[in-house]
Amino acid sequence: MKTFAYYRAEQPQQASHLLASHSGKFIAGGTNLLDLMKLQLETPIALVDISRLPLTDIEKTPDGGLKIGAMVTNSDLAADAQIRKYYPVLSKALLAGASGQLRNKASTGGNLLQRTRCYYFYAPDSACNKRKPGSGCPALAGKNRMLAILGISEHCIAQHPSDMAVALRALGASVQTQLADGASRQIDLADFYLKPEDHPERETVLAHGELITHVILPPPVAGQQTYKKIRDRASYAFALTSLAMIAEVKAGSSIDEQRFNHVQLAFGGIGVMPWRNPAVEQLLTSQPANHALFHAAADLLLQDAKGSGENDFKISLTRRLLVSALSDALKGALS
Amino acid sequence: MKLTINQKSYELDVDIRTTVLDVCREHLGLTGPKKGCDHGQCGACTVLINGRRINSCLTLAVMHEGDEITTVEGLGTPEQLSPLQVAFIDEDAFQCGYCTSGQLCSAVGVIDELKHNWPSHVSPHVEGHIDITDAEIAERMSGNICRCAAYPNIVRAVKRIAVQTLCDEQKSHPNPRARNTKKSVMVQAEEQV
Repeated sequence: MKTFAYYRAEQPQQASHLLASHSGKFIAGGTNLLDLMKLQLETPIALVDISRLPLTDIEKTPDGGLKIGAMVTNSDLAADAQIRKYYPVLSKALLAGASGQLRNKASTGGNLLQRTRCYYFYAPDSACNKRKPGSGCPALAGKNRMLAILGISEHCIAQHPSDMAVALRALGASVQTQLADGASRQIDLADFYLKPEDHPERETVLAHGELITHVILPPPVAGQQTYKKIRDRASYAFALTSLAMIAEVKAGSSIDEQRFNHVQLAFGGIGVMPWRNPAVEQLLTSQPANHALFHAAADLLLQDAKGSGENDFKISLTRRLLVSALSDALKGALS
Repeated sequence: MKLTINQKSYELDVDIRTTVLDVCREHLGLTGPKKGCDHGQCGACTVLINGRRINSCLTLAVMHEGDEITTVEGLGTPEQLSPLQVAFIDEDAFQCGYCTSGQLCSAVGVIDELKHNWPSHVSPHVEGHIDITDAEIAERMSGNICRCAAYPNIVRAVKRIAVQTLCDEQKSHPNPRARNTKKSVMVQAEEQV
């Protein structure tokens, strides 16, 4: 680990100001950043410790949503009574990720900003367009089993590894930030992440020194909430493909003609960012719900999907996951 | 920097990059927590900070001034083992012992999390009462890996103490809802016999 100057912030604006003055990075839980620093994949000259900022509350918003402090730990968020009752997909997604020890330390803000676990990104001596722009992407023709099939470019196919972010995307969450000059803004998660294109080193729209202070959830919507994660092991492994789904079946639909009233879907493991496609959701509510419709939705979702060799399987696996989850939602409504 | 570990206060002058794991092992002779991977992937370094289990390799000592840190050395002594440590011996829950310090601290964390009715990935519902099953213990302990594969016995030991601890909790609880909890806890214990 390269050495750094250490500053502790007591207030959010002070934190932004410290970072603006000293360069470097924020550190919250540290479970991703310290991992990267041990490999010298990150070498900040200063760390601004934001772990003790008063951003640990989960409060109701005036419109009936929730405002989650960026320093709320993943464990506390998953176990929160309001989250479990009104946004269970978020709790389920959090619990599907990492280990108990990591969830106890990881922060809401930090989870959003965690870096890819691409083998080449994590190999300090390897070429990598994300770490060293212009050096090339060995993953395209190499070990790419865990990497993305959607949103990729010829410069980068790294997947976003978070489960929490997938649930937040499905829920329509937004991120509230604080800038060094004291200004604050709210960014819809749909606009938060950047596709790699020809600049994979830039992953979000955040400016330097811009601090995530809260994640905002809209008011809860009706419908069954599920998180399904397919992975190599039963626990403590990243997703090959995953799905956060909120699905409301139209009440009173007969067995012959069931319909979805409302569907919100986001996918993990397969995208350069949590992947949500509103056209797929519109299709699913436009016609009677049956296998043909589910496959048409999968066709739409995956029409631009591109495997790079070892991850080709994700295309059909994601199709089967979507079809199976939608079928289960219908069956669940009948019982 | 000042750190409190196993209820003792230490005044330390260490490199800013020193993790809690390295403070324990290299500076204080507390070699209980182990450096299995140094990247938060094996759990052998698990300690408790303010009662919560975390990977000590992935946090800086300087960030924990004022916090209460507990290592395996703080759970019990050879002369006075904790009930969990006794259970690990009784159930043959270790072979080489390298992961065991982390398993013990993690299990203390798991039991506390169960006391607070935290759900897990395998809980049938995220709301409502959590039943203590083998699957729940295995899932909650999944951040601690064991090359000797003592897993079945680790689960046995942790489950026994979890059931016992939550039972004891219910005995002192006047809340009628808690009596239901005790009943299901007792059902689990009976299933085990």
